[in-house]
Amino acid sequence: MTAVLGKDLIGLEHLSPDQIRLVLDTAEPFKEVSERPIKKVPALRGKTIVNLFFEASTRTRISFEFAEKRLSADTVNVAASGSSVQKGETLVDTAKNLEAMRIDMVVIRHPSSGAAQFLGDRIRSNVVNAGDGQHEHPTQALLDLLTIRDRHGKIAGLKVCLVGDILHSRVARSNIWGLLKLGAEVGVCGPDTLMPRGIEELGVCRFRRIEEAIEWADVLNVLRLQLERMERGFIPSVREYYRVFGVTVERLDRASRDITIMHPGPMNRGVEIDSRVADGSHSVILAQVTNGVAVRMAVLYLLAGGRPELAVAANRAAAPE
Amino acid sequence: MRPLLLQGGRVIDPSRDFDRTADVLVQDGRIAALGAGLGAPDGVDVRDVRGKIVAPGLVDLHVHLREPGSEDVETIASGTRAAVAGGFTAVCAMPNTDPVTDNQAAVGFIVRQAARAGLARVYPIGAISVGQRGEHLSEFGEMVAAGVVAVSDDGRPVVSSHMMRTALEYARTFGVPVADHCEEPTLATGGVMHEGLVSTRLGLKGIPAAAEEIMVARDILLAGLTGGQLHLCHMSTRGSVDLIRRAKEQGLRVTAEVTPHHLALTDHACEGYDTHAKMNPPLREAADVAALRSALQQGVIDCIASDHAPHAYDAKEAAFDDAPFGVVGLETAFAVAHTELVGGGVLTLPELIARMSTAPAAVFGLPGGSLTPGAPADVVVLDITARWTVDAVNFHSKSRNTPFAGRTLTGRAVLTLVGGALVHEANGPTP
Repeated sequence: MTAVLGKDLIGLEHLSPDQIRLVLDTAEPFKEVSERPIKKVPALRGKTIVNLFFEASTRTRISFEFAEKRLSADTVNVAASGSSVQKGETLVDTAKNLEAMRIDMVVIRHPSSGAAQFLGDRIRSNVVNAGDGQHEHPTQALLDLLTIRDRHGKIAGLKVCLVGDILHSRVARSNIWGLLKLGAEVGVCGPDTLMPRGIEELGVCRFRRIEEAIEWADVLNVLRLQLERMERGFIPSVREYYRVFGVTVERLDRASRDITIMHPGPMNRGVEIDSRVADGSHSVILAQVTNGVAVRMAVLYLLAGGRPELAVAANRAAAPE
Repeated sequence: MRPLLLQGGRVIDPSRDFDRTADVLVQDGRIAALGAGLGAPDGVDVRDVRGKIVAPGLVDLHVHLREPGSEDVETIASGTRAAVAGGFTAVCAMPNTDPVTDNQAAVGFIVRQAARAGLARVYPIGAISVGQRGEHLSEFGEMVAAGVVAVSDDGRPVVSSHMMRTALEYARTFGVPVADHCEEPTLATGGVMHEGLVSTRLGLKGIPAAAEEIMVARDILLAGLTGGQLHLCHMSTRGSVDLIRRAKEQGLRVTAEVTPHHLALTDHACEGYDTHAKMNPPLREAADVAALRSALQQGVIDCIASDHAPHAYDAKEAAFDDAPFGVVGLETAFAVAHTELVGGGVLTLPELIARMSTAPAAVFGLPGGSLTPGAPADVVVLDITARWTVDAVNFHSKSRNTPFAGRTLTGRAVLTLVGGALVHEANGPTP
């Protein structure tokens, strides 16, 4: 079955604006499923999905698993640590074995950039990238886009600034592609040590002071600062990072307009974001988590060959099991 | 051995600026005569090479033959078979074998294995430091006596500036160059490709051009300090080219090589996470390729070397981060260089042959690179009109990790003679 997204969802770089809008639109009817007493529709009944996580993840894995179960798919979770066997070999063999078991989809999280595409190129099943190294995390960006659209009623023309460790962030890359394709202006803000080479050439504007970013943006998407970055010497201390780049109430109060605060989680409270901001009225952080399930349902549904115009009907047809 | 007459080819001998139609008579392992209308003595094996190029055998200063240690991916026999198929009559074997070629016994093993294979000449390169660990100098004197033509810790940089200085000085005692793999490790560690826009998009850790250039600059300064002979391996950046140009203008004893892949490909080859585009130094940007090409044309870079680096299929069939660095090159080097450089108007054919034969022989002071009567008959006959598509299945190398698979190239070796012995004759499918 030819699906509108192609066989795999590896990243947003190679999706068209229409394809991205299609996922967001398809997610809308799926939001409601999670609000029902019986949170289940039969859209993927009989499909088998493997959640293959080579890297620790709680939120993304659970979000995918809920999305799968609410679509009535049969799911298996595999948590593989890449430590004992060489990662590459594990991946090839895993791919072959999964294929042999005639599964329908694989959701993969892997510490190496390109791992999702590697798998997708080698098996017939659909592959969904749940984060590959520092490359892309497309479903996170899609749920961020949906959340922005919910809050602002649009994406085109908005100013969205990603704050923090852009260099190591797959969330940042996917967000940059998705936002630019849907017509937003994109900014990045953080220390130069955490900015990848050539980032401006992607069409984003660069802020070195958080105050300027806050003044400019309609939306701040605050990225998690991995504490190991400090050990590796990218920043001298967490304390200084918070003083220079922390998103605090005081800084937001000085901004001339209302600003939406997002965070892909898990948060380091008091490192990149002030608790009062995370829990305050500007924050849509928990709405992001809620939307994550709906977006992932939409992605799985579309990859399985589901027709977007039937997504509403698919939900209505829900029968108690 | 029957005498051999190569009749009617275009003979190009860059060592004497010779380029005209002539016959070449090979007898007793040497070039016996060269000229128009040579008679065919009794019992001579006559080969009609009209329309072909007769040139000195190609010389490769930089190959990894993997024996001893990784005979599953290459042996001295399979590597030299690949060499002669690619038109190379002499190759210099890097010492990063297992165990490391860091003593006279290990050097002797390579010499014996090469003699047993009886294909291309193999000139071993000895390790600079014991085990290539960068701690203690290897015994250059004994290794040179056993046949080493240069010293290098290739695969790894010489991290300690003191070690590099000592190596340049001590190698000078024995008249051999020090070949360095220029990579500043604290900048390069963890990097898997060139640091630039492509690495940013792919989310792969980059190796900045400065990682190479810092070491090129350091080595040049040390060559100036010591008067030693420095050879810079596989140059990849425009900044390195500028540094080498200045060093040569100062009259320092500095030479440099560049690989066919760094002359033909950019970091865009890494798109799609193709591990066959993963090599060290990494493929750089278009401006670097342009600078390397013009440096080769001007002689700032002396020669082309393949950096033939075989790896197992399984090793490259992995996520980009996990795959090893390196590509095979012996069987595509001439065709890639010919297609890109002669076809691209960068070099004339005689210039290309010089950069792959006469010049590299001169850099390491090797015999070869010449068709002067009396010289050993290391000869290649090239068909520069042959168009062929690279299919690694046809390689003589045990490994197939080429970034040029599927490319259509022009030019191939059709006959290769080493010491007058016919060691390769193209028949059947080209690789």
